[in-house]
Amino acid sequence: MSAFNAIGEERDIDRDEYTPGIEPQPTWCPGCGDFGVLKALKQALPEVGRTPEETLLCTGIGCSGKLNSYLDTYGFHTIHGRSLPVARAAKLANPGLEVIAAGGDGDGYGIGGNHFMHTARENHDMTYIVFNNEIFGLTKGQTSPTSPKGHKSKTQPSGSAKTPIRPLSLSLTSGASYVARTAAVNPNQAKEILIEAIEHDGFAHVDFLTQCPTWNKDAKQYVPYVDIQDSDDYDFDVTDRREASEMMYEAEDALHEGTVLTGRFYVDEDRPSYQEEKKAIGEMPEEPLAERYFADDYDWDQKRSYDLLDRHV
Amino acid sequence: MTDDELIWRIAGGSGDGIDSTSQNFAKALMRSGLNVFTHRHYPSRIRGGHTYVEIRATEDDVKSRGDGYNFLLALGDSFARNPKENAYYGEEEIKPLYENLDELREGGIIVYDSGMLDTDDIPNFDERVEENDWHVFDINLREIAKEHGREIMRNTAGVGVTAALLDMELDEIENLMEDAMGGDMLEANLNVLHDAYEMTNEEYEFEHDLTVPTGEHDEEQVLVSGSNGVAYGALDAGCRFIAGYPMTPWTDVFAIMSQNLPEFGGIAEQVEDEIAAAALAVGASHAGVKAMSGSSGGGFALMGEPLGLAEMTETPIVLIEAMRAGPSTGLPTKPEQGDLESILYSSQGDSNRVVFAPADPAEAYDQTRMAFKLAYDYQIPAIVIIDQKLSGENRNVPKSFFDRPVDADPGSVLTEEELAEAPHDESGKFERFIHETDNGVAPRSLPGQKDGRYLATGNEHNKAGHIDEDPDNRVAQMSRRMEKLVSIREELDEEHESQQSYRGPEDAEYGLITWGSQQGTVEEAVDRLNERGVSVKSIGVSDLMPYPEQEMTEFLESVEEAMIVEMNATAQFRGLTQKELGQFGEKLTSFLKYDGNPFEPEEVVEAFEAQINGADESPVTRTEIRPAAGD
Repeated sequence: MSAFNAIGEERDIDRDEYTPGIEPQPTWCPGCGDFGVLKALKQALPEVGRTPEETLLCTGIGCSGKLNSYLDTYGFHTIHGRSLPVARAAKLANPGLEVIAAGGDGDGYGIGGNHFMHTARENHDMTYIVFNNEIFGLTKGQTSPTSPKGHKSKTQPSGSAKTPIRPLSLSLTSGASYVARTAAVNPNQAKEILIEAIEHDGFAHVDFLTQCPTWNKDAKQYVPYVDIQDSDDYDFDVTDRREASEMMYEAEDALHEGTVLTGRFYVDEDRPSYQEEKKAIGEMPEEPLAERYFADDYDWDQKRSYDLLDRHV
Repeated sequence: MTDDELIWRIAGGSGDGIDSTSQNFAKALMRSGLNVFTHRHYPSRIRGGHTYVEIRATEDDVKSRGDGYNFLLALGDSFARNPKENAYYGEEEIKPLYENLDELREGGIIVYDSGMLDTDDIPNFDERVEENDWHVFDINLREIAKEHGREIMRNTAGVGVTAALLDMELDEIENLMEDAMGGDMLEANLNVLHDAYEMTNEEYEFEHDLTVPTGEHDEEQVLVSGSNGVAYGALDAGCRFIAGYPMTPWTDVFAIMSQNLPEFGGIAEQVEDEIAAAALAVGASHAGVKAMSGSSGGGFALMGEPLGLAEMTETPIVLIEAMRAGPSTGLPTKPEQGDLESILYSSQGDSNRVVFAPADPAEAYDQTRMAFKLAYDYQIPAIVIIDQKLSGENRNVPKSFFDRPVDADPGSVLTEEELAEAPHDESGKFERFIHETDNGVAPRSLPGQKDGRYLATGNEHNKAGHIDEDPDNRVAQMSRRMEKLVSIREELDEEHESQQSYRGPEDAEYGLITWGSQQGTVEEAVDRLNERGVSVKSIGVSDLMPYPEQEMTEFLESVEEAMIVEMNATAQFRGLTQKELGQFGEKLTSFLKYDGNPFEPEEVVEAFEAQINGADESPVTRTEIRPAAGD
């Protein structure tokens, strides 16, 4: 008997299924880019074919952290910077789940930077969406790891002396097997990229540019954007690390000079996911671990041997 | 302190094979029918540095390392020295003889490797030998090892000499060596063992009284450390997921689990830091797997955040805290009970967790199983405290003790059929955090179940999990979460036998109180005090939170005065006791030690006698008596 009949259930999924009936209206400011992520996810999820009940959306803290209040899936609103370790363990425990993690640029590239690097390195089969608005929003406008050098805020009154994080390059270097950037102002591309990211078998990182009209008025509002896949000016092979890396550098430099380059930067379909790597060395069960506690026929004592009692490490 | 026991100390430099040799020798003594207890002392370095292991073996029940020892095997310092240049790494010289003699009992035996050590280095050696009636055997173990195998086998040669001097049979030692190795390695080691044994018998005259005690077990025994106890308890509690980051002494539990989990079809993850480790345990548990993590002082400090998240989201997890001396990096390889307050209260807000501190390896197994049961039944984090002492301490436990079925019950999880009938809010979300329950537990669903969607959040939330700051809801949710502790205390008091341990006459005049790993030592002290005419009993507290109010009140009401024995400088358990009970301040004194070593029974005896005789200071060096309130 499975405890998880919702997993893998094949049925037509209504577009509205992800929209909660009586949820509170989002508390995001008018014009906030976060609405764009919500909308794109609502459009992407039904097309991926996963039901709300087999989807687990883990978020961090900040404006982005509220995402799963407005999306009717299983949700885990964790703590600042910690969505990734919670999410990747849930996926290991029950690989049948569609696990998506989301956080902001402070959350994901600042306080959670270590987890980001290591989750990408291990190539966990999951999607990570970073709401990148180059500012701390919910704590009222402090400088974030992606704020441009010289950015002034109450906590950096003389302007930041720090070079901003290069999220795409960091992701590639760390080992993510899918790296893309999209923007809330480009809903069609955002939806397509999210579908690809969710379907990707490995760690898919989407740097999602979300304008902050309240605290980051000086920032470019990510228009005009360029879709690098649609433009003849940017011809490169997304499966080639070196070319992808150069393209990322160009995009990251251009962002603060007024050119918003978006699209797929790196796609590696060949690299096995972490689960597959672990299976290959015999450290990952074939069947979802979470199922075992409900399986009537599983013999818990079969492997139990007290030879191990006399074994010392 | 009698000599119907053998306390064998093997000393040398880290890397001399002291751990593995002592492990096998302890097993051999156990298999010959004795009760054994091992104590491990080591420095925070990989090569060199003074290290020793003691094995206490008697026919009687053995509860502590005892006082001092009566047989020294001093191996040498090969790994601290660069053999080619005959030079030491750094300025430090390692002297296994020099550093050990203070605790060697009168009439004791010294075997030292004359190929490595020179008694000329020891001030007044001959005088001390004569004064203490020590029996000295200077044997070139290095030479024996080299002749029949490799120099590194000096430890095996030492065991051969030991066996000869104590008139032991070699069968059990040989069997264990055969289990541990094979081929040329085994053959060489057996040659070294036999040669050392025969040479000692032939060439030396024995004038000492010490022989190995004899005993018999009525059933098969296994040698289990505190870390083993925790790990087997977790495996048998159905735990199949562990995430951790290495840190002494927690690493032992982590390593045992990591080595066994794949075989059991489970998952072990070594991750980037301790925040991640505890957060992974939360994630795996949220998805429906019995999960654990753990660390030692500094690493546990990092776990405060995910621990609080588990409390707020009511996600069951078990954390192990293997204490070492702090603050900060402290004494990385030395025991202390200084993390109690951090374990009880770390993380923001009001604590809502179960805290156990087992006394010995068998109890570590029991309490880890119970920690999982309570964590999953009540959806609450449960923390099991061990320390560097208990973690590396081996004791024999009847094999049948472990003969219990695996507990695969994931606790208060609803089935999909039950979820279909369960209350849902107007938007269709499952009301996972209902206010009204019998015992504070609101049954949960798992991601992937039909009709179970809800939001788990570290924010205060309403019944369906939505963030909610309404004062009435806040009070209802907080009260329900806190109610779980009341229910757990009732369950521990009523349905299960208490894990607190008592020793001494029930109507004793005085009391000794301790918690966790010091219990055996204090119980041995209680026996000795009663033999000397002091009327005293003890309680060793293992269930710390929810606090055993009833039992502690009864104990304290029944005695004139009580002394709390703990390994820290600020009397943390005494603070907890006075906070929880709100009385008895004038009855309670403290006996504290925080020099990096656990108590020995005689220290407790002396301090307690001094206390009832009204002394202000402890007669024992490097310890402290903290007077009662108002004194």
